[in-house]
Amino acid sequence: MNNIIQFASKLIKDLTSDNANEVYKFHGGVHPDGHKHESTTHPIAQLAIPETLTLPLRQHVGYIPKVKVKVGDYVLKGEMIAEAEGNVSAAIHAPTSGTITAIEEAVIPHPSGLPDMCVTLAPDGKDQWTPLNPIDWKNTPINELITSLRSSGIVGLGGATFPTHIKLRKDGASDIHTLVINAAECEPYITCDDMLMRERADEIIKGIEIVQHLLGAAKVMIGIEDNKPEATSAMHSASQTLANVSVKTVPTLYPSGDARRLIHLLLGVEVPHHKRSTEVGIQVFNVATVLAIYRYFTFGEPSVSRVVTVTGNVDTPQNFEVLLGTPVPLLIAAAGGAKTDTTHFVMGGPMMGFDLPGINVPITKAANCIIAASPSLFAPPPPAMPCIRCTRCADVCPVNLQPQELYWFAKSENLEKARDYHLFDCIECGCCTYVCPSNIPLVQYYRYAKSEIIAADKAQEAADLARERNEFRLARIEREKLERAQKHAERAASAKNDESKPEPVKADKERPASSAEADDAKKAAIAAAVARAKALKLAAAQSDATKTGSEEAPAPAIVENKSEPTATDNDEQAKKDKQALIAAAIERAKAQKLAAAQAGVAPKNTDDLSPKVKAEITEIETIRARAKQMVENKDAD
Amino acid sequence: MNRSPYITDAPTVSVIMLKVLLALVPGIMAYVWVYGAGILVTLSLATVTALVTEAAILKIRQRPISPSLADLSAVVTAWLLALALPPLAPWWLVVVGSFFAIAIAKQLYGGLGYNPFNPAMVGYAVLLISFPVIMTKWPAPLMLADAPLSAFDQLKFIFNHALPVGVQLDAVTSATPLDYLKTQLMLKHEVADITQAPIFGQFGAKGGEMVTAGYLLGGLYLVQQRIISWHLPTAFIATLALISLIFNIMDPTHFTNPAFHLMTGASMLCAFFIITDPISGPTTPKGKLYFAAGVAVLTYLIRVYGGYPDGVAFAVLIMNMCVPLIDAYTQPRVFGHKH
Repeated sequence: MNNIIQFASKLIKDLTSDNANEVYKFHGGVHPDGHKHESTTHPIAQLAIPETLTLPLRQHVGYIPKVKVKVGDYVLKGEMIAEAEGNVSAAIHAPTSGTITAIEEAVIPHPSGLPDMCVTLAPDGKDQWTPLNPIDWKNTPINELITSLRSSGIVGLGGATFPTHIKLRKDGASDIHTLVINAAECEPYITCDDMLMRERADEIIKGIEIVQHLLGAAKVMIGIEDNKPEATSAMHSASQTLANVSVKTVPTLYPSGDARRLIHLLLGVEVPHHKRSTEVGIQVFNVATVLAIYRYFTFGEPSVSRVVTVTGNVDTPQNFEVLLGTPVPLLIAAAGGAKTDTTHFVMGGPMMGFDLPGINVPITKAANCIIAASPSLFAPPPPAMPCIRCTRCADVCPVNLQPQELYWFAKSENLEKARDYHLFDCIECGCCTYVCPSNIPLVQYYRYAKSEIIAADKAQEAADLARERNEFRLARIEREKLERAQKHAERAASAKNDESKPEPVKADKERPASSAEADDAKKAAIAAAVARAKALKLAAAQSDATKTGSEEAPAPAIVENKSEPTATDNDEQAKKDKQALIAAAIERAKAQKLAAAQAGVAPKNTDDLSPKVKAEITEIETIRARAKQMVENKDAD
Repeated sequence: MNRSPYITDAPTVSVIMLKVLLALVPGIMAYVWVYGAGILVTLSLATVTALVTEAAILKIRQRPISPSLADLSAVVTAWLLALALPPLAPWWLVVVGSFFAIAIAKQLYGGLGYNPFNPAMVGYAVLLISFPVIMTKWPAPLMLADAPLSAFDQLKFIFNHALPVGVQLDAVTSATPLDYLKTQLMLKHEVADITQAPIFGQFGAKGGEMVTAGYLLGGLYLVQQRIISWHLPTAFIATLALISLIFNIMDPTHFTNPAFHLMTGASMLCAFFIITDPISGPTTPKGKLYFAAGVAVLTYLIRVYGGYPDGVAFAVLIMNMCVPLIDAYTQPRVFGHKH
């Protein structure tokens, strides 16, 4: 009854209100406890320069950048120490002045817990900037601005860490009409964007102005969850200077900060599953990212620091502005230290974050939040019970998937079916696990199924390639064998001609090419071989007087079978037989060529192969040609 | 390691089942008032049998016993079966039905979460086919019986099939309205006359409609608690009302009005407690509507044209068979996909 009344009242409200802040709705979503107020009581604090900074080269999505420094080099703050390599890549800069002390593998904040290449910097404490080059963005061609962003090191700071210059590049697919600023920050505990908006709304708005200019977007929509009234009002008053920029509050409903969900909330547009939002004219930027863009163009500062929320089981949860590469223990200590029952640390929020492989990892561009976890904060999940198909998971899925079906398919290794049920549309937001009465770690199953499918696809691709390669190899071997035979035959023939003994060839030529002829040649060859063997044996017998009849007996029998030659003039006979054999081979090759010519096929020495293999060879050759062209094109680029 | 989310907010399966049991209480209270305290004996018998059977089979299957018993799903099955049986059913009938529901229909398929058919309805159908005479003999509500039995007499009847001295079986039983209606219609009587009989109440069966109202109340509580989705009861009630209305309008002398069908037999138990079994039911919102509508149509047809006292059990089992098909063809549109 309650529901009906609620529904009716909402319907009436919807129909009667002409609210400027009208937003759309997405399916599902959950309302976890925010835990935001703990870390918003203090302003963003600056952290002192640590004694060492460890800069992983892999801090973004894409290729790792190329290191430009060596151990012992002295670098100034903001100096590039690794350069973007390839299109999707981002540069790394020295967060402060100091000396490079190591370039080696170290544990990085990644779910895998695997070590990766890092540059270690020992700061000298002077924090001296390299000469900076602010850019007058209003009077510089947009292409130049975007190109220069490539060396800014700026990546999406909301956590996706996609290189920013790629997101601004015009790919000709569609014109961007709307810039969406993602300020929803829907994950519990995380408040870094909230605090940035409260304290630096003016700079964010200036950044928005730049990005809007770069994209040529007609309008800008800033989406903030309604649990951040201070940030909303700060952004609202700062945005008064700009026309076509609207600040909209969206209901506090996880995962409203997912880009596709936010676009739907603000614009009512469902980005098709196989397309990027840019293909429908919408681009999304996080508030911290536009702030970094503002600082890059206005002051020339590359990406050397970020704001991190340190919260959870620490004494004084708060936000810090820290240099990239700062060790996490320093941050924890600055937040008053972790309480004694802390078991581990989580990077990101409680819905989508991951366990840090240890506390001794550096802050990276992706590190928006560090949560000290304890059993009382994040209770270990009770043992999983069977799925009762209650579909609470389906009710909360923001993508409108059927998680209970996906779970069933993943569990039974029915991976193709899982793909059919749109497994790859799953955004791993964790809503399904959050509401599961049977405590089933659903998202784990989806991660597993996805990786299995990807691995199987890759293996299939590799197997296909190997098969193609092998078939091509076999065809080539066959072709080479024929070529060799032909060459030998030709060489032998020309040798015979030089000796002016053309009789057997001539004789052969007069006869039509046939299998009978080949048989004759074979017989001759066998006879010759037998004769040779016999001669050898004879010699052996002569030298060994004791051995006679018993050994000699079988050989003549065979010889008799195969006719003419006798053991006496075997040398001469062998020579003649050889000539016959060569002649036969030449004849065969000629006949083949003739047949090919009649069939209208270019002589490719593949004539003996089945049509299927031939077709495959042609295909492979086309693929090769195309690949070659592609490589050349790339080189030209 | 990536094992997020770290937080959850979900009632456990035990809590869900407990709420279902709680929602049955108003109906049971009405039941006691109408038919006497015998039902409490039946409920206890069914519960004990179900739990013992479940424990025994889990033991044989070498599965952990206590978590499965603690999820209370066996108790829900036992109660639903007990409430579907005729009041004062002999003890062995309850035991056989409960055993069958748990052992065959639930555990042999793999236990909780794996049974394709509603266990309580399987138990009921097996009893109905095996013991049709007992299963169709309903005692009269206390208010209508010539000789109302005391609680102790009911206990004796359940275990001994013994009636107090001087009381004949006919004095405690009566035809159910659905049965009575069917036989009277065959005798060429008209609905308007038939429903004048004392066993008919305001809408359905005299007394029985109180129990039905109790189920309705409990069912609304489940919807409000979001234990069950609104789709199933709404579609069931709407379809049953619609189909009976159509027949009623076409020929009021032979077909009763929708209110009668909704308030008679197991309609409300079915709408809120039986078709809402998530395991044997469909999972998609649209599928739930189709499933419930299918059960309603089949229930009506079996009631009106079939040979059984009520159609719910067979309707549910038949629709259970269609669940994989219904689910496959009612997949909702995924975000960002055209249908």
